[in-house]
Amino acid sequence: MQVEAFEGEEMILNMGPQHPSTHGVLRLELQTDGEVVQKITPHIGYLHRCFEKHAENVDYPGVIPYTDRMDYIASMNNSLGYALAVEKLMGIEVNDRVKALRVIVAELNRIASHLLSIGTYAMDIGAFTPFLHCFREREKILDLFEWTCGARLLYNYNWVGGLSHDIPEGFVDKTRQFMAEFEPVIAEQNELLSFNKIFIERTAGVGILGEELAISYNVTGPNLRGSGVSWDLRKADPYCGYETYDFNVPVGQGKFGPLGSCWDRYYVRVREMEESLKILRQALDRLPDGDVQEKVPKKVKPPKGEVYGRTETPRGELGYYIVSDGSPNPFRVKIKSPCFTALAVLPVISKGEMVADIIAVIGSIDIVMGELDR
Amino acid sequence: MKTAPEILQVLQAQFPEKILKSEMGVLDPWARVEAGSIVEVCSFMKSDLNLSFDTLACLSGVDFKGLKGETERLEVVYHLFSMKQRHKFVLKVELPRDNPSIGTVEGIWAIANWHEREAFDMFGIRFEGHSDLRRILCPDDWEGYPLRKDYEQPETYRGMPVRPVKQFVEMANEGLPVGTNPFKA
Repeated sequence: MQVEAFEGEEMILNMGPQHPSTHGVLRLELQTDGEVVQKITPHIGYLHRCFEKHAENVDYPGVIPYTDRMDYIASMNNSLGYALAVEKLMGIEVNDRVKALRVIVAELNRIASHLLSIGTYAMDIGAFTPFLHCFREREKILDLFEWTCGARLLYNYNWVGGLSHDIPEGFVDKTRQFMAEFEPVIAEQNELLSFNKIFIERTAGVGILGEELAISYNVTGPNLRGSGVSWDLRKADPYCGYETYDFNVPVGQGKFGPLGSCWDRYYVRVREMEESLKILRQALDRLPDGDVQEKVPKKVKPPKGEVYGRTETPRGELGYYIVSDGSPNPFRVKIKSPCFTALAVLPVISKGEMVADIIAVIGSIDIVMGELDR
Repeated sequence: MKTAPEILQVLQAQFPEKILKSEMGVLDPWARVEAGSIVEVCSFMKSDLNLSFDTLACLSGVDFKGLKGETERLEVVYHLFSMKQRHKFVLKVELPRDNPSIGTVEGIWAIANWHEREAFDMFGIRFEGHSDLRRILCPDDWEGYPLRKDYEQPETYRGMPVRPVKQFVEMANEGLPVGTNPFKA
């Protein structure tokens, strides 16, 4: 009897673009050998609207609604980065009330964004219940935002030089009430999911992102901190007075496996929500009086020049490179998206993983396609 | 941590003839590097222990066309940052508008791979030595480079009419509904 060596055959598998676990329209071309993924080629651009071209055709304030539509999960943080960059270019210094309110909405939005990220991540992995808990809490934040500016997702709230609305009466109390209700949910979430043995087994050894690799790929935000690098722009390059708040930067510790695993990235997000609550508490306590539209210019016309402004969004470092030619329209707006750099590293960190684990890795880098494709 | 003038000094000492122009008194101080030596300068900036620029924060293309007082050119702008030293610097490179080509820095910072693909997609800048220079955001068979100032949108793409942005704006100004069926030209 003759025995032939059984040689594995490579197969090309398309994951996406319409796959519920790819968080939007992302297509991954997997080259698999059995269950093992040999190579991944991401194909992006399904949501490409050439936002940068649009930005050249509208005036400076007109760009803000577009920035909202990039990372629609954390619009407040997106428009904040743009507003700060233009203010830097024009030399506008906003008053303390605007600064504190910007911190409040940015941190609330960060919590909402992390809740969505954690909830959907749990669902990707196969745990449905935490998703409902997370969305229940996120809903309360969206209600607060709706009450403030009338919109639930795309706010157009951060203007150049100020805010579109002041907070309504009673906002502070309602926010405190939300925080009191929300804090126990984090502990509940930890019990339910974070330290669940099945969840740990599923995520703690997968998608290892080393420190050097992360820096070379300019991975930022919770993904970088998950690899043990204590780097947060709110600390390193503060804006909006973040240097005056007392909070910690959680980093991954490799508690259940190698440092920089999916679990580390996930758990950094959970702990960041606690830190955001700390910041919120301080901001609400100190909230000064003032007019939120005091410094809003009649006509936004920055002088000739250029600026690269960057802020820490829930997904990492969002950069705006704005070139001004002195006219009311920006000459060039380039957006450096944190998801763009995070997805670029995906083929490297998921090489040699099982197909099912790719889902765990994609969920853990927390990408939003609207921002990635712009 | 070094200030921008100090970084510039180091660069000028190392590459006396390659730094063509610099501006220090602006928001983000920058230096213009000769296009042919960008790879050399970048790899020095990463490996030099005092500079150690280990991150490429952003790589952008800019099309300077139709701007008063500026020569018509393409620019590639590198926003560099050092996680170790916590300082930043901006490098710029000037390229001709027809047939722009420059060396790739992919081998120095891995993320440059995708950023350069985007610059190629949007401006048609060729990065010599790039391992995978394909369009990234637009479809592979898209024609033209959208972020160039003289870009004209094609009328159709694979038989589907593409409505020009101008027309959208006009329609919106006239109060017509913009979200109509794109297949009805």
